[in-house]
Amino acid sequence: MIELIAQNPILAALIALVGLSILFGALLGFAAEKFKVEGDPIVEQIDELLPQTQCGQCGFPGCRPYAESIAGGDDINKCPPGGQSTINAIANLLDVPAPELDAEHGEESEVKTVAYIREDECIGCTKCIQACPVDAILGAAKLMHTVIADECTGCDLCVEPCPVDCIDMLPVAETIADWKWSIPAKPGQMIATDRRGEVSPVAQNEDAA
Amino acid sequence: MSRTWVTPGGVHPPENKHQSVTQPIGQLPIPEKLIIPLSQHIGAAATPCVEIGQSVLKGQVIAEATGMVSIPMHAPSSGIVSAIEHRPIAHSSGMLAPCIEITTDGADSWIEHQGISDYEHISPRKLIEMVGNAGISGMGGAGFPSAVKLNPGRQRPIDTLIVNATECEPYITADDSAIRERAGEIVEGIKILSAILDHPHHILIGIEDNKPEAIEALAPHVEGTGISVVVFPTKYPSGGEKQLIYILTGKELPSGKLPADEGVVCINIGTTYAIKRAVIDGEPLISRVTTVTGDAVATPRNYDTLIGTPVSHLLEHSQFDEQAGGRVVMGGPMMGFTLPSADVPIVKTTNCILAPSYAEIPDDEPAQPCIRCGMCAEACPASLLPQQLFWYAQAQEHDRLEAHNLFDCIECGACSYVCPSNIPLVQYYRAAKGEIRQAREEKVKSDHARDRFEFHKERIEQAEREKEAKRAARREATQQAKADHAAATANGSAAAPSKATPTGATPSSSAADIIAAAQARAAAKQASPEDQRAKLERTIASAEQRLKMAEEKLAEAISSDSGKQDQLSAAVENTRQKLEQTKSKLAELAE
Repeated sequence: MIELIAQNPILAALIALVGLSILFGALLGFAAEKFKVEGDPIVEQIDELLPQTQCGQCGFPGCRPYAESIAGGDDINKCPPGGQSTINAIANLLDVPAPELDAEHGEESEVKTVAYIREDECIGCTKCIQACPVDAILGAAKLMHTVIADECTGCDLCVEPCPVDCIDMLPVAETIADWKWSIPAKPGQMIATDRRGEVSPVAQNEDAA
Repeated sequence: MSRTWVTPGGVHPPENKHQSVTQPIGQLPIPEKLIIPLSQHIGAAATPCVEIGQSVLKGQVIAEATGMVSIPMHAPSSGIVSAIEHRPIAHSSGMLAPCIEITTDGADSWIEHQGISDYEHISPRKLIEMVGNAGISGMGGAGFPSAVKLNPGRQRPIDTLIVNATECEPYITADDSAIRERAGEIVEGIKILSAILDHPHHILIGIEDNKPEAIEALAPHVEGTGISVVVFPTKYPSGGEKQLIYILTGKELPSGKLPADEGVVCINIGTTYAIKRAVIDGEPLISRVTTVTGDAVATPRNYDTLIGTPVSHLLEHSQFDEQAGGRVVMGGPMMGFTLPSADVPIVKTTNCILAPSYAEIPDDEPAQPCIRCGMCAEACPASLLPQQLFWYAQAQEHDRLEAHNLFDCIECGACSYVCPSNIPLVQYYRAAKGEIRQAREEKVKSDHARDRFEFHKERIEQAEREKEAKRAARREATQQAKADHAAATANGSAAAPSKATPTGATPSSSAADIIAAAQARAAAKQASPEDQRAKLERTIASAEQRLKMAEEKLAEAISSDSGKQDQLSAAVENTRQKLEQTKSKLAELAE
C-alpha cells in the first residue's frame, strides 16, 4: 500500500482528495437534512418583537405579514402600537439605524386602550365580531355583543365597521398591581460643557467682573 | 453552631433604637374606625364575606382567602361593618385599594374561639391549616403567607429553622421589645414551628448584638430545648433573608432559589408569636407590635396595635408635632416609604411608623453625577455592581440589567446611603424592575394575542375551504347530471335517466336540464337514506297538520256558506294528494 502511494504520488493525492470531498460532501448533505431550519428565522425574530395587536396600521393584514415584509427589506417604522421602543428593538436586531416612527401610519399612543361596547345600543349585527383579529368579541346575530377585555389588544379594528357607533376605545386604568416606580430625574450635570442652553457659573462670574 | 459567617458589604447607619424602648409595649384606646385592606401581602387579595351594616365580633372572619397563596382577614375588634370600598392604603403609589371599614363599638367582645395546648399530638397538616386560617403572613418583610412557607413539600426536607430576630433597620424596636416582654410565648411558637416542620436538626434564632436585653430574656426559655440563640455583630442589612441564612449557616442561596430549596425555612420572630397565639390561644392575627418613633413625636414607644388602626390615631397618641416633621414614613429610614396621607391603616407588615424631624432626616439633596468611586459596590450586601446597574437602568438596557442580576437586588438602600453624589440608586433599580416585569407581562400578552390571531386565521381559512369544497361538489353534480342527460338523449330513450327526474319531462329542453341539475343537487345534499326518511316523515307530519286545518276551514266555510267553498275544497284535495305521494315515497324507501 505504502509502496503504491510512494510510486504514484499524484494518483494517491487525487484519490485522497476525491475521497475527502465525497466524505465531506456526504457529511454536509446529511447536516443540511438533519439540521434543516424550518421557515425564515429572521421573520420569527421580528414577529417576536412586534406588539401583536394585529391592527393592520402598517398596511399589512397582521403582524406576521409585516414581519415578513421587513425581512424582505421594508421600512421598520410602520408600527404605531409598538412605537419607538419596537423600532429600536428591530433596528438592533437587523443592525440598521433606527428611524423615527412614520407618521403616515399613525401616532404612538402613551395609554393602552381596550374596546368597550355600549351594550344598550348594540343591535347585534356581528360586524365587529368579524372584524376582530383575536376573537375577543362575544355575541351572536341579533343578540348583544360584548368585548372580553383581557383578550382585546386595542387595535380598534372593530370601531369602524360598527353601523351604530356603539364601540368606544377606553384607556386601561392603572391599578395598584401594575403600578411601578418611575426613573428619577437625571442627576445634575456638574461639568459646565455638559449643560446645554444654560450659562455656566464661571461665565456668569466673568460677566459680573 | 455558634459559628457565624460575615456577609459582604453592609453599612452602619446611626441606630437610634434607644428612644423607643424606654417604656414597655403600650396599649392604645380602640380607634373609632378600623380600615382593613383586603390585600396586605404577596398573593391574591381576600374576598369579603360580610355585608355593610353587619355587626362583627372581634376575631370574626370578614374576608376569606382566595386561592392558595392568600390569607383570610379577621375583624380586629367588635363593631359594625360600615363600608366596603376603595381607600388609600400604605403603598408607595398613593393609590386606593379595596378595604373593609369597621366602626367599632368599644365593647371589644371576642368571637368564641378555642386553641389547643397539646400541639405535639396534632398532625403538621392540621397545624398549618390553623396558621393559614388565623390569617398569618410574614410580619417582617414582604408578608408572604406563612402557611405556604411552612408547607415546602416532601421533596424538600427542612433541616434548619431560622428565626429572624435581627431587626437590623435603624429606629425599629418592635421585635426587640416583643422579645423582652414575650420571650416565653415566642419560644412556644418556635416549638410549634418545629413540630410543623418535623423537628429540623438546627433551630437558630439569629439576633444582632445590639439587643442584649432581648438575648438575656430569651436565654432561660431556650435552655434545654435545642434552640440556640446566635448572636452576631450589628450591621445593616443582616436581616435580609439571604443575608441571615448566610450569616448563620454559611449557605449562599443561589439566584432565584427559595430557602426551602436549600432545606432552610426563615421566619420572622414576630410571626412566631402570632403562630403561638393562633395555635394555643385560637386567636387570629389581629394585632401586632408597631414602633412609633422619630424626633417629631414626643413619646416614642412600641404599641400593641390593632391591624387597621389609622396611622393618624397612633400619631395622635404619641403627640406628633406636625410642625417639626414634614413626613411620615412607614418602615424604617432605609427601606421605608413616605406615606401619602396619615389616614392609611396599619397592616400586618407594619413594624414601624417613623416621623422624623427635618433635622433628623433632611430632604434629599439634589443628585450629582456618578463619579465611579465604587463605594456602592463595596456596600452592596448582594455583591452586585450598583454603578453598572445605575448606568443600564438610565439607558433602559433590560438585557444587561438582567445579566447583571438586577433581580438579586434586595433594595436595602445601602448603596444610596453611601453614595457621595446622593444618587437615589434604589429608586432606579425599582423602576427598572417594574419596567422589566411590565415588559415580561406584555410579552406574555402579545404571545397570547399571536396564538389567538393564528387560530382565528386558521378558522377563517378552514371555513373558506369547506365552502369551496361544497361548491366544487355541486359543480360536479351538475356536470354529472348534464352528462347523464346527454347520454340519455343520444340513446334516444324518452325514459327518465334518473329516478329523481319527473316523468313526462322533455329531456331536450334546457329548462329540463336545469331542473335535473337542481334535483341532482338535492339528491347530492340528501345522500343518506336515513336523512331522506327523516325528511319524508317530517313532510308527512306537516302535511297531515295542514290537511286537518284545511278540512276544518272547509267545514267552517260550508257551515257559514261563504263563496270560498270551491277554492278550499280544491286546497284540501291538493294537500291530500301530496300527503299520499309522500307516503308512497316513504313506503318505496322502506323497501
